[in-house]
Amino acid sequence: MSGEVFVNFPFIIVALLLAIGFYTIGFKRNLIKVVIGIEILEGAVNLFLVALGYVKGGYAPIYTLAPPEAANPQNMVLPTPQALTLTSIVIGVAVSALMLAFAVNIYKHYGTLDVTKIRRLRG
Amino acid sequence: MIEHLPALMIAIPLFGAFVAPLFKKKQNLAAVWAILITAVTVGLSLLLMYQVRLNGVIVYVFGADRPTLVLPSGYKVPIRIMFEIDGIGAFMAISATLMSFIGALYSYSHVKAESGLEKYYALLLLLEVGILGMVLTGDLFNLFVFLEIAGIAGSALVGFRNYRGEASEAGIKYLIVSAVASLMVLFAIGILYGEYGNLNLAYISKQVSFNTLDMIAFGLLFTSFAMKCGSVPMHYWVPDAYTEVPAGINPVLLVSTYASLYALFRVSFTLFANISISLARVGWIMSVLGVLTMFIGVTMALVQKDVKRLMSYHAISQTGYMLLGVGVGLTVLHDPKALAEFGKTAMAGGIFHIINHIIYKSLLLMTAGALFYVTGTRNLNEMGGLARKMPITTLCFIVGAAAISGLPPFNGFASKFLIYESSYRLNPLLAVFAMVTSILTLASFVKVFASAFLGPPLEKFENAKEVPKPMIVAMVILALLCILFGLFPDVVLDKLVYPAVDALIRIAQYQTWGGLA
Repeated sequence: MSGEVFVNFPFIIVALLLAIGFYTIGFKRNLIKVVIGIEILEGAVNLFLVALGYVKGGYAPIYTLAPPEAANPQNMVLPTPQALTLTSIVIGVAVSALMLAFAVNIYKHYGTLDVTKIRRLRG
Repeated sequence: MIEHLPALMIAIPLFGAFVAPLFKKKQNLAAVWAILITAVTVGLSLLLMYQVRLNGVIVYVFGADRPTLVLPSGYKVPIRIMFEIDGIGAFMAISATLMSFIGALYSYSHVKAESGLEKYYALLLLLEVGILGMVLTGDLFNLFVFLEIAGIAGSALVGFRNYRGEASEAGIKYLIVSAVASLMVLFAIGILYGEYGNLNLAYISKQVSFNTLDMIAFGLLFTSFAMKCGSVPMHYWVPDAYTEVPAGINPVLLVSTYASLYALFRVSFTLFANISISLARVGWIMSVLGVLTMFIGVTMALVQKDVKRLMSYHAISQTGYMLLGVGVGLTVLHDPKALAEFGKTAMAGGIFHIINHIIYKSLLLMTAGALFYVTGTRNLNEMGGLARKMPITTLCFIVGAAAISGLPPFNGFASKFLIYESSYRLNPLLAVFAMVTSILTLASFVKVFASAFLGPPLEKFENAKEVPKPMIVAMVILALLCILFGLFPDVVLDKLVYPAVDALIRIAQYQTWGGLA
């Protein structure tokens, strides 16, 4: 029973992080905190991807000089999710940089980061 | 050369995007460069459509020694990045490249006074890359990457006029929506990968069994793409983004929205097509969302004073027609008799409406951009009597307004008529809502026409002149397309739309990887 909980531990953390992320995006008034909320969501999704491909006690997914027992695909950590995670991290950096740039520009024009006050566009 | 066509579709605008920042000193050259690159991609996409019609589904495998090689020896499933292009992919590619070309042409004079134009054109080309990648790819993760490229480039363009606070506000709204939506897409992709160990669309669609996890993944994908295509109730970012973006980018941004719509169709029709009972329910959800979207969009539009914002609400409303048409088709997908009777017509109407709407809404938003260019304001109450000063813009506006309201000789009528006819067969109420929306649309455009173009000439616009030539050329091309598509809808339906509908319906064809496997 406790072993099962341990296997599912990363997924419980993913669910927790998703909840925290959505809470932050939905209920925080500071724009920077909203951006941080999106970063938390991204962390959750990345953790989910990495946890998917993890094999307990497995070998690193590198074929050169691998020990013979690693040749069995069951013993090797899946490489694709790791590649996906790397790509997603790089994209996430670009997105957060752009969001923070927008936030700085908004602060320059509105003098506040409170999302309830940044409402010139409406109707 | 010809077998590398799918790769070139991405490579050429990407090359253009990375070269464009080099024209920092000569910003006119950057504009000419962008026009040139987008013109080349228009040619390539037409060639692609020709190839698809000739040979059926094109499969292009990146990194294989022959492009036709699908299965590397020893593997039973495709593990490389693949592009898979069928009728609807090619159809969307034509829309995307055409609108990028028109947008670049219009931008030549429209944003001439701004600074940092080399980055503007680089972003425009990047946005085109994102859209083309989304509609051509046959790989789920690739779809996510291109979705993010389009989202980042699009929101950077929305915030392009960074001396205005409103532009940044609209930009960050758009970016937050697209970031959350694409993260949820990635999450769903993770679920599907965990279950089936592959990222290929065709492969997963063969394996999919629709257990609880699949249902979660489907729900996430459906909601995220509905969010990104601006359907009610996630439509709030659309008017802000469309209003603040420079008018030359509007066509491309519209297509990028419809690329998400394409992804929604692709997910519903290809990825999860094998679930026969629930799919009818999904189709009903799509149709009802469509009706709500068109009705709420148009009622919000009626009360607007800002001319571009009014038209942006119409963009939401028109998205509803596409959702309705294709939703009706999805509802009867597993009922061959109903599908042949009206389902196919409904889908043809919905898909035909995509290209029609892109054409006339770009035209309308460009005339709004022209009004802004001349008067410096977007407030309808401050305009008046511009018809004599800007005759060509006025004519273009009339054509666009007639088309969007679905008046007979123009293209809006051709596709809306198909939708009325066929959605009536599913449920008469759907058709009634669609027609009422059309009438309200006409009402709001009469309002714009009366307050901006008619009335006594105002003193402050004494010296107002017609807009520069590149803008006129772009608008006239679109107006002519409106009339042509309206006069000869059968040609477009036969050559472009029905291949696209068939591609969505014939899922088996998509799954065979172009005759192999």
